[in-house]
Amino acid sequence: MDCNTGLLGPTFVQGLLLGFIYALIALGYTMVYGVLKLINFAHDAVFMIGGVAAFYVIGQWFGLTDPFTGVGLILVLVAVLVIGGLASSGGAVLLERAAYRPLRKRHAARLSYLISAIGASFFATYLFQQSFLLGPGKRSFPHVMTTEKAFEIFGSRVNNKGVLIIVTVIVCLVLLDRLINQTKTGRSIRALSEDVVAAQLMGVNVTRVIVMTFAIGGFFGGIASALYSLQFGNVVWNMGFIPGVKAFTAAVLGGIGNIRGAMLGGLLLGLIENMSVVCLGNQWSDVVAFVVLPLMLILRPTGILGERIGG
Amino acid sequence: MANAPLLELRDVHVHYGVIEAVRGINLTVNEGEVVTLIGGNGAGKTTTLRAISMVHGPSHGQILFRGEDITTLQSHKVVQKGIIQVPEGRHIFPNMSVAENLEMGAFQRTVARKQLDQELDHIFGLFPRLKERRKQMGGTLSGGEQQMLAIGRALMAKPVILMLDEPSMGLAPQVVELVFEVIAQVNADGVPILLIEQNAQMALQAAKRGYVIETGEIVLEDEARSLLGNDRVRKAYLGEE
Ligand SMILES: Nc1ncnc2c1ncn2[C@@H]1O[C@H](COP(=O)(O)OP(=O)(O)OP(=O)(O)O)[C@@H](O)[C@H]1O
Ligand SMILES: [Mg+2]
Repeated sequence: MDCNTGLLGPTFVQGLLLGFIYALIALGYTMVYGVLKLINFAHDAVFMIGGVAAFYVIGQWFGLTDPFTGVGLILVLVAVLVIGGLASSGGAVLLERAAYRPLRKRHAARLSYLISAIGASFFATYLFQQSFLLGPGKRSFPHVMTTEKAFEIFGSRVNNKGVLIIVTVIVCLVLLDRLINQTKTGRSIRALSEDVVAAQLMGVNVTRVIVMTFAIGGFFGGIASALYSLQFGNVVWNMGFIPGVKAFTAAVLGGIGNIRGAMLGGLLLGLIENMSVVCLGNQWSDVVAFVVLPLMLILRPTGILGERIGG
Repeated sequence: MANAPLLELRDVHVHYGVIEAVRGINLTVNEGEVVTLIGGNGAGKTTTLRAISMVHGPSHGQILFRGEDITTLQSHKVVQKGIIQVPEGRHIFPNMSVAENLEMGAFQRTVARKQLDQELDHIFGLFPRLKERRKQMGGTLSGGEQQMLAIGRALMAKPVILMLDEPSMGLAPQVVELVFEVIAQVNADGVPILLIEQNAQMALQAAKRGYVIETGEIVLEDEARSLLGNDRVRKAYLGEE
């Protein structure tokens, strides 16, 4: 095996950035799993909606396609992220309403949820492929930010978009940690994740908490989507698929249902798949990412940190 | 309705799919009373309590609380009325500390931090063991400690009526005694109690009235003292020949 050690620095940086994005998406999988004990296989579509919404609002409606600087840049970036977050959050709430709640009311079997979620995901994804929405090709994301070198670590550059990703994700993770461990909503999410009957007997409104969980998970997924779209410069109808599967892998890697596990799993997966390039070559990175999942399921099915939602 | 019982079950049926686990039971609990519901394994006791809490509601019949039908409510609304249950198997939150579990009991109330701390102290007064373990995770407590925690957590909800599902199950005799002492004390403070037990002897001694449930139907109902002397009860539930 030839290892190109010169790639260590750049792949580390790239892995870290993608890992941060996976972590943010993985939160959605893990939180919904916590309260429903189900994988939300439509979270990839929820993710896609965020970037696409920012593309429409910022690029199409407001026509903001030229680079901003200074305060203007900060404002437009906040707008992009918030629009992405809110759109995905709304999408996730709709999804719960349309694809999950009717089944929950009927005490459906677990397989029905899976089928319903996959159906909803296909519906949303292919809806955006239609020519009256995005159409089949890539659409370029509004170029509101030029790429500039920000600083250097391990001899490799981190640009301003990288800084944006790192700062945004860290802020999101800190906020979520606070929310889960210090607010009433957070306590009800933890309670429902740990014991449904006990949560009900404490007076937790189960339906409301499930909706909140979809909304919060969707919000972070939408922010991740906006970051992802900014980073790669385009949006496309099936953009959720690969990051979705990777983030799901990350959630399982860290311990599905476990919020800190999702963060850790995201970072690790980003690093593993990108740094594998150092020795294996580019074409192997997805393979490596997906080998991690079965390996983990065989060696430690509960993930690195195990199943547990709170801190 | 001024003279309505606090809690009244009228012809309540509960189904699990096609299985009818509770078949038309009538039961009342009045202000201030301790009422016990005794019966063997699978008789439908837990099913009855879960129906009252609307965790798994009745398929037919009415449950009235102060004369108002609560079978149309969701479980959290039932809890808000002060209908509080200590469930079978305790259902402690395993990854929450003792203190957090207790605070979950007060989840549906709005209580200032200071008041909450005073209420926690009150629970720690009833169960000093819990105080020593206040930072320990619920899942790591012994069975007896978990039962104390489950009761303490229910008391944190400020029950208008407290329902306990086999609180003595699997506990050492001293812990059973403590649990029954606390139940008596809670009742002395004015909270009516619906006590489910397989330990019929202790339950009937603690209660004013009792019901006997067999395969989903109430087969006997009387003053607890009379039930203690009843032949059928003595044979089936008190282990006498
Ligand atoms: N979730 C369920 N699905 C199907 N059947 C159930 C379910 N829960 C209970 N049952 C059945 O309903 C009947 C009554 O059960 P229940 O738990 O109410 O009995 P119990 O009186 O509480 O018994 P125990 O003293 O053993 O706790 C039993 O035959 C039981 O098998
Ligand atoms: Mg039972």
